[in-house]
Amino acid sequence: MKITIDQDRCVASGQCVTAAMDVFDQRDEDGVVVLLDPSPPAGLAADVRQAAAVCPALAIHVEE
Amino acid sequence: MNVPASVLVVGASAAGLATAEALRRQGYQGALRVLGAEPHLPYDRPPLSKQVLAGAWDPGRALLRPQAALAALDAEFLLGDAATGLDAGTRTVHTASGRALRADAVVVATGLRARPLPGQDALSGVHTLRTLDDALALRADLLAASRCVVVGEGVLGAEIAATARGMGLDVTMAGPQPAPLAGHLGPVVAGQLAGLHAEHGVRLRLGTAVGGLAGHGGRVTGVRLETGEVLPADVVVVAMGAAPATGWLTGSGLRLDGGLVCDSRCRAAEGVYAAGDVARWHHDTAGGLIRLENRTNAIEQAGLVAANILGADQPYRPIPYFWTDQFDARIHVYGTPSADAEVTVVEGDPAGRRFVALYRRDGRTTAVLGWNMPKQARLRRAEIGDIAGLAPAR
Repeated sequence: MKITIDQDRCVASGQCVTAAMDVFDQRDEDGVVVLLDPSPPAGLAADVRQAAAVCPALAIHVEE
Repeated sequence: MNVPASVLVVGASAAGLATAEALRRQGYQGALRVLGAEPHLPYDRPPLSKQVLAGAWDPGRALLRPQAALAALDAEFLLGDAATGLDAGTRTVHTASGRALRADAVVVATGLRARPLPGQDALSGVHTLRTLDDALALRADLLAASRCVVVGEGVLGAEIAATARGMGLDVTMAGPQPAPLAGHLGPVVAGQLAGLHAEHGVRLRLGTAVGGLAGHGGRVTGVRLETGEVLPADVVVVAMGAAPATGWLTGSGLRLDGGLVCDSRCRAAEGVYAAGDVARWHHDTAGGLIRLENRTNAIEQAGLVAANILGADQPYRPIPYFWTDQFDARIHVYGTPSADAEVTVVEGDPAGRRFVALYRRDGRTTAVLGWNMPKQARLRRAEIGDIAGLAPAR
């Protein structure tokens, strides 16, 4: 699994952090998404897919 | 409960598409159809009042998914054909083009319709904003205009006012509340919003109800306040809220009361579910029917509906959340703020345009609001108590 994020699209909702906190974080100053792990272990795949699905800004792209 | 052999999703916007995607993600392999009234591929609505209206994004950037991702869903998209009726007993949806679509499970995700101002259809230059076509038509009109009046001081009206001002127009915001979002967020934050808009040059003519429109030769010339005063305008945007798009369900036997009424499982009848803005469901910890008009609810509720179609039998108990961007302010709100709540700034400083505020009622926290502090607000979400009966953070 390979994850890419689009920080320009991000609306700082933090939904991704709630779904997969080992993979995503938010910048302290403006809440924009930070990718902690672009290739997370398989055990986190379901959480990452959930994070991409719930992102209201369509800012997370997952390649399986 | 058996997994249905076929699912028909009525509505091809955020909630409808998310339902289809969640079904596949959760392993559903049956026949899946998505019916959409608009001819466009599924697109996202929050950017319409911001990036699309401003012209910063071309419309293609607002698509919810690239075409390849839609194809990979293995769903049949029937676009440009509105639902006109539902036979709930046989779960057959009738459409404007004459189709009769039967399915073992039907998901109603038809969203909202903008509420027009009486008489606006007779005048050109008066807009509502709900669809992509609405946004493009409004943008085209704004580009040729110099004075815009926005009727409505809620989230959508305030965003449109900010965008139009950013396009260089002379913008006036009108509406009965004393400040933008005052009824929703209370005087402290609404006052801050009023200051923000005024500072950016939006004229605020708030606290007075709008009486109607003024026109000449079939074209709008202004907005008439109840006091008789006319605010001159080349373009008027009516953003006075929206109503659930349930007209097509009249006669279906389903209960329509401020939305499609559902149980705690988001089920309106056997095999009929609702998701997104149109759904008014029983929030079983809140102890009553609620309906949410926000983007994240569309996805979250769709996921729950998909699970329940597949037999999960789970109640839907979200903590409401929305965000709004106006000028340089990015505001995030969790919970159920209200005008009568006690508002306390707990981090940052309103003067510095970065703060987190807690809303409290009867000693309990009912909402958290972040103004340019999204992460800090989210981290306090767990402080929201169960005063409004809301489920704790997941």
